[in-house]
Amino acid sequence: MTIPALRRYARSLTRDAEAADDLVQDTLVRALRSEHLFHGGEIRSWLYTILTNLNRNRLRSLARRPTLTVLGDDDAPDMAGPEAGSRDIERALASLVEDQRAALLLVVLEGLTYREVAEVQGVPIGTVMSRLARARAQIRSFLDGERPALRRIK
Amino acid sequence: MSERPLSVTEDELHAYVDGELPADRRSAVEAWLASHQDDATRVAAWRAQAEAIHARYDAIASEPIPARLDLDRLTRQRRSWKTVATAAAVAAFVAGGAAGWFLRGATGVGPNGFEIFTTDAIDAHKLYAVEVRHPVEVPGSEADHLVQWLSKRVGYELRAPDLKRLGLKLVGGRLLPGPTGAAAFFMYENASGERFTIYSARSNAPDTAMRYNVSGKCSAFYWVDGDVAYVVSGQAERDELSKVATAAYEQFDPRTSRKGSSS
Repeated sequence: MTIPALRRYARSLTRDAEAADDLVQDTLVRALRSEHLFHGGEIRSWLYTILTNLNRNRLRSLARRPTLTVLGDDDAPDMAGPEAGSRDIERALASLVEDQRAALLLVVLEGLTYREVAEVQGVPIGTVMSRLARARAQIRSFLDGERPALRRIK
Repeated sequence: MSERPLSVTEDELHAYVDGELPADRRSAVEAWLASHQDDATRVAAWRAQAEAIHARYDAIASEPIPARLDLDRLTRQRRSWKTVATAAAVAAFVAGGAAGWFLRGATGVGPNGFEIFTTDAIDAHKLYAVEVRHPVEVPGSEADHLVQWLSKRVGYELRAPDLKRLGLKLVGGRLLPGPTGAAAFFMYENASGERFTIYSARSNAPDTAMRYNVSGKCSAFYWVDGDVAYVVSGQAERDELSKVATAAYEQFDPRTSRKGSSS
């Protein structure tokens, strides 16, 4: 079940099917080339760790070409979920800082424990908790209509 | 004494929603929510967010996996025992134990297809011989079914050699992807738990006499007979392994197996 779950996680992080599968592919290649041997349950966290880090690098390199994006302009028709609600949650997620978005998605979508997320993100559990809290508060206020009209992607 | 719930932290509210709250705090949090409308609304909003996120993204996990994410394809470039072990672990996890083994020797890749064939067999031996709970797919107690099934999948008539004479009991077998299609894999065990495996698949390599190959602690005897190749692997000394391989060879050999068949 990992590859489907990794694809889901990657898509929720990137909102871009092509970029998401690129991430999954890079994750698998990296995992297969790793010099480590893995035992049992660690594999899942380990794959999520690789993917999360690769995405952070990807965003960093995108940031070298700054663009001003108007949220809402990228509402191309959504094949997977035509309902407005599904686009709302997408945009709400897009309004989050990367580490908060990853923490929230790992817990909520991928069902990782706080401890596992702490491992994936390389931070203490307390930091995971505060990322989660901020993410949830931000999404709530975004969905309540307090959305900023413009947002600079850094 | 009043039954006022003790104060509940925001972390506990998150833990409650995410199923991480210690059981002994559950009733305290529930009592708190019953009397604190703001927090109850927040918790409801967080749950709604989670539902929306699942509703938006879960479908992606049921899409067919694109070809470029095929582990088999991804592992083809680089083959080492570590890669194989990691890939197998990833694959086993990915498949949820259904297939377990996604690797395939790359047909025609590299100078010597037969080397790859034996490498596959030894890798399979290393991977499964240490398995305690799931060394095989079909247990030795269902030997007839096992042989019938594997024969059908590999496309030629197999037998599970009878190695009782050497103190070896058939643990069972499994189907593996081989260099040229399906491969059959039998596992045997002696009284002290030492395991030997026999790997067999179709091969386009020319017939060979029995050869010997060592890879780490594992060694293998292999040969090609007609269009079928066999690899007998184990962690034993050469002499001991040779006895197992010879016994298997005699029973696989179409000229001798007819009389002494005991599958």
